[in-house]
Amino acid sequence: MVDLVIIGAGPAGITASVYAARKKMDFLVITRDIGGQAALSGDVENYTGYQFITGPELAEKFEEHMRKYKIKLKEDEEVINLEKINDEILIKTNQEDYKTKTVIIASGKRSKELGISGEKEFKNKGLTYCATCDAPLFAGKEVAVIGGGNSALDAVLQLLKIAKKIYLINNRLTLAGDLIMQEKIKQSEIVKIFNDAQIKEIFGDKMVNGIKIKKQNKEEILPVQGIFVEIGLIPNSEFIKYINKNKQGEIIVNCYNETNLPGIFAAGDVTNVPEKQIIIAAGEGAKAALGAFKYLARV
Amino acid sequence: MEKNSNKKVKIYSTPLCSYCMKVKLFLHKHNIDYDEYDVSKNIELAEEMIKISGQTGVPVLDIEGKIIIGYNKDEIKMALGL
Repeated sequence: MVDLVIIGAGPAGITASVYAARKKMDFLVITRDIGGQAALSGDVENYTGYQFITGPELAEKFEEHMRKYKIKLKEDEEVINLEKINDEILIKTNQEDYKTKTVIIASGKRSKELGISGEKEFKNKGLTYCATCDAPLFAGKEVAVIGGGNSALDAVLQLLKIAKKIYLINNRLTLAGDLIMQEKIKQSEIVKIFNDAQIKEIFGDKMVNGIKIKKQNKEEILPVQGIFVEIGLIPNSEFIKYINKNKQGEIIVNCYNETNLPGIFAAGDVTNVPEKQIIIAAGEGAKAALGAFKYLARV
Repeated sequence: MEKNSNKKVKIYSTPLCSYCMKVKLFLHKHNIDYDEYDVSKNIELAEEMIKISGQTGVPVLDIEGKIIIGYNKDEIKMALGL
């Protein structure tokens, strides 16, 4: 049995691990990947100390910092179940079982899927969840961006210089993203915005060649070769059932990063903390590690 | 340092893709030389990548004809005999 298990190695989990290492705690980190959503971000201009850095570069710096401490890192491992029985926390992954006295859940969020016909079939065959990665592959093509928030508008802006035509499919009555981005998009002649519209179906042969959308009971076919899904994120919190979560599935924590279960802490985007930002997740990870340290001193 | 493999490795990537960066770090760590093709700079390279891999996601590795999609450590190791 270890003192602490940290689940996830994004900004929250990595910062927690740095703090835990410096407190010389007996702990391990279990994670599917390193960097989390930060590694998928484009340009970062609001992480204090870096006036400008890209998401992957910042994630790499986080990783270097963590590895400086020779921690026990279980990479490519996914937690399937977590439960607390008496004073023991039992963690089951796709590879092993672990026992720990405390845990910090910092498993972050993942892209929400559309849940429509053709989505699985055409993933990476024209359909992508990472505009930052894959936008350059759609040079001169007609594409659709699904969503209306900041990440959708950001995807449109990235595609402006690349694509031939961009259809923005937004299911709300108006766009929700920042006005400054909206203005740039509305000025472009290659962007056509469909508000109050839903994507219904994706079709193609080997690759995507069109989508069906529905706007006020009217269906329309758009001939696109690329689809960028940017409809937000959902928390990776399914592996723990008996814990307080909000309607979105985020784990509810107090300002000490404590959940309703003693010894189980949570930090970063998987929680109900207001504002999902790299710097906030990092700070939350630090608080959670210090909280776990103090908890162990008490029990 | 002695090279770990003499196989010719090509990587198709884009500048801001984290999995591309992970593949490159992995190759560095194993002391493998590679040629990088930035598909954001060249439409023909992008088309070539889509043709050989049958899909539109980066990164794609071409290890002497063996095509590997994404950051798949086990497949990369196997192809390089690591």
